[in-house]
Amino acid sequence: MTGSFAHIGPATTTAFLASLVEAVEALTIVLAVATVRNWRPAGLGAFAGLLVLALIVVALGPLLDRVPLHLLQLAIGILLLLFGMRWLRKAILRSAGVIPLHDELTTFAAETAELREQARRNEARLDWLAALASFKAVLLEGLEVVFIVIALSAGRGMLIPASAGAVAACLLVAGVGFVVHRPLARVPENTLKFAVGVMLSAFGVFWTGEGLGVAWPGADLAIVGFAVLFLAVGFASVAFLRRPRIKALS
Amino acid sequence: MNMLIAVLRELIGLFVDDGSLALMILAVVILAGIFATLVPDLQLAAGAVLLFGCLGVLLANVARAARR
Repeated sequence: MTGSFAHIGPATTTAFLASLVEAVEALTIVLAVATVRNWRPAGLGAFAGLLVLALIVVALGPLLDRVPLHLLQLAIGILLLLFGMRWLRKAILRSAGVIPLHDELTTFAAETAELREQARRNEARLDWLAALASFKAVLLEGLEVVFIVIALSAGRGMLIPASAGAVAACLLVAGVGFVVHRPLARVPENTLKFAVGVMLSAFGVFWTGEGLGVAWPGADLAIVGFAVLFLAVGFASVAFLRRPRIKALS
Repeated sequence: MNMLIAVLRELIGLFVDDGSLALMILAVVILAGIFATLVPDLQLAAGAVLLFGCLGVLLANVARAARR
């Protein structure tokens, strides 16, 4: 089954933006490892992490093909709703100032301090610990990318466009990180999470509905309509939550 | 072992951050599923329950989080 343009465009863009966020977070840890030790354990750990992620994709792909389409759409749709609305909720609360924004420089400083403390305690095993930290960061952040790619492509024959979006984002972040050698703190992480949360929630509603047997009006184009609704509710929530704070400040 | 636990935690954390949000989403999906089963001629009603239920859950959850 192949996806329509209304499906491919949003799926590729969503995979790209989501992977951008995750790649920036993984890069911060890999850079911290490279700063405290050197690029060898950082690179080896990151490479091992990517290898495990590739194995997960290769192992999961054929398994998913055996699941009946409606069941797959329902399961993936529910997981997308849980995942996407979790991102959207956090992005709304951060935009409204209810919870603090994620700061890559703080994460970098914390990770560097922890690795230095480990180095002080156990110099002999530092290369191993540094590689492990890098491996863990790539694996854990990469799991989210793998889930998003598989979820956006499952049952729709869109593994290639969704993977292309994810790979392009990872290469872009790795390239920029390699050149600037600093955490990418100026990437508007919350705005990206807001956009990805909106898109994943829209996909989640669409696929959960299809899994339940709902024939959406406009077929794949309904995703765009759902995204507009989630975006409107997101913006309205931010405006509503900001209001009492502005009143309290004035 | 620690790595495996971290991976499992991360996997669960992908979908569940605020437990009440996850539970409410599942409740909306179940409600939409009941609609789809009981009124198969009105599948769009199940779709509307799903869509507006999710939007309502999101609104209620962020409002509650802000009050806390």
